[in-house]
Amino acid sequence: MNEIAGTRGVRSVPQPDFAAPRVAGQAEAIVVRDLVKRYGERVAVDGLTFTIGRGEIFALLGPNGAGKTTTIEILEGYRTADEGEVRVLGLDPRRDAAELRRRIGVMLQSGGIYPTVTPIEFLDLLSHFYDEAEDPRELIRLVGLEEVARVRYRQLSGGQQRRLALAAALVGKPELLFLDEPTTGMDPQARRLTWSLVSSLRERGITVLLTTHFMEEAERLADRVAIIDHGRLVALATPQELTHSETDEVQFTGPAGLDVTALRSLPSALDAREAQPGRYVIHTKRPADLLSELTTWARDAGVLLVEIRVGHESLEEVFLRLTGHELRE
Amino acid sequence: MEALLAQARMELLLTIRRAEGVLITLVVPAVLLVFFASLGIAPPEYARPVDFLLPGMLALAVMSTGLVSLGIRTAYERSYGVLKRLGSTPLGRGRLLGAKVISVVAVVAAEIALLLAIAAIGYDWRPGGSLLWALLALVLGTATFSSIGLLLAGTLRAETTLAAANGLYLLLLLLGGIVWPVERLPGPLGLVGLLLPSNALAEALRLSLGPQPVAPLPQLFALLLWCAGVLVLASRTFRWE
Repeated sequence: MNEIAGTRGVRSVPQPDFAAPRVAGQAEAIVVRDLVKRYGERVAVDGLTFTIGRGEIFALLGPNGAGKTTTIEILEGYRTADEGEVRVLGLDPRRDAAELRRRIGVMLQSGGIYPTVTPIEFLDLLSHFYDEAEDPRELIRLVGLEEVARVRYRQLSGGQQRRLALAAALVGKPELLFLDEPTTGMDPQARRLTWSLVSSLRERGITVLLTTHFMEEAERLADRVAIIDHGRLVALATPQELTHSETDEVQFTGPAGLDVTALRSLPSALDAREAQPGRYVIHTKRPADLLSELTTWARDAGVLLVEIRVGHESLEEVFLRLTGHELRE
Repeated sequence: MEALLAQARMELLLTIRRAEGVLITLVVPAVLLVFFASLGIAPPEYARPVDFLLPGMLALAVMSTGLVSLGIRTAYERSYGVLKRLGSTPLGRGRLLGAKVISVVAVVAAEIALLLAIAAIGYDWRPGGSLLWALLALVLGTATFSSIGLLLAGTLRAETTLAAANGLYLLLLLLGGIVWPVERLPGPLGLVGLLLPSNALAEALRLSLGPQPVAPLPQLFALLLWCAGVLVLASRTFRWE
């Protein structure tokens, strides 16, 4: 992909706000403080700090290898932290594992289900593990698997398998739900179904921590987004705060292969790049000035610009600007 | 308790759904028993071949359930992330293992019933000897071979476990006193066979089920050593994911 060019925009994203939205009378669902996890020489999580409030939907956003899964698996109790402190529902994920297992729901990034077992059989099995459980049939309906309820897991499509994993995470009526890349492998229709399902959990007051590398997913679902890269927190804010920053972007279409160095040297441009052949993106803090500079430059260069659009940065652009690389590589 | 029973039911369902597993656990010992008993192949000191063959096949049934069926199934569950996933539910690891024990005991009991029925109906075998010692040997043998299966499943990749379990099964079947007494194997092979847990189990069963039952104390002691050793090793090395 195109490397981001020129001076990067000044970081205009609000400084990480570690305090979760306050809900009267309720403690935090998750507290992570100075978390460090190493695998041999490699540092997977490098001093992560954040807090998730009860009832909040919180997204960890970052590219593969950013430390998302490691973080979520420490909170689930699968791994131990090398340094720092984590509390989940006020408990220690390792020491209080038995108590926590009754109160959390877990959706692993992949697998976790017997290949020769059907959705209804698997949910029925799990429902026997909890004092109070959802009705397996109701869950099947909720995630839209009625037609394959009696088909073995290994014969389901990737998206159907993910939806079963999501239903399985909900069986025990959890207070806190961990979703590790919940919609990876889903088709757009299943993804939208999952989004509306996760959104509906908000009304039930369930806290959700999800990881994703889909910008749209974080933007749609999350109350707050933590962008992490190389195990470090790069930004933490609401999607609105992240995208409605002072930096605007101007996009336009023109002939492929225009001189981006010239675009970059326009007085009001912070950077410029050819996102796709013939599709250009320029960041600016003064969109009106940039537009007049751009049209002047185009007239002088004899170039016809069409579909000029001024708007706020997408979360994808914010990510690119903050980390210097694309989210999906 | 409800969780344990639900999981045990699932374990049995999974056992039955693995067709090749059913073949090796149920069919192979029964077919071998019928084959050798009908041909009358047994060491000359046994008046009736079934008296030699039945204890060996009971030991084989225990081996195929604990080592082969449980080992391979658990190895694949580990590679599919099922052990990891169930570990995060209130079922917990203790009850997950407990459910596996229940399922193994149930399958072994079914196999024993099948083999005894074949021996009784086909070859006029009648229960005799000391059933208590035999039962003790079967329990200890089941624990030993289940531990070996879990040792493989918890340390090796699923495909490797599949190969290793089947390979060990064949090795123990031929050299471990199951179909032929280890004393009659040539020199060093006989010594190897003597030390194998399958031989200890088969011999313990032959001694306790024979016409003049003898308390099979050396064999039970050997099994106990095997069981304790493998169990310690398995519990130290077992990886859940």
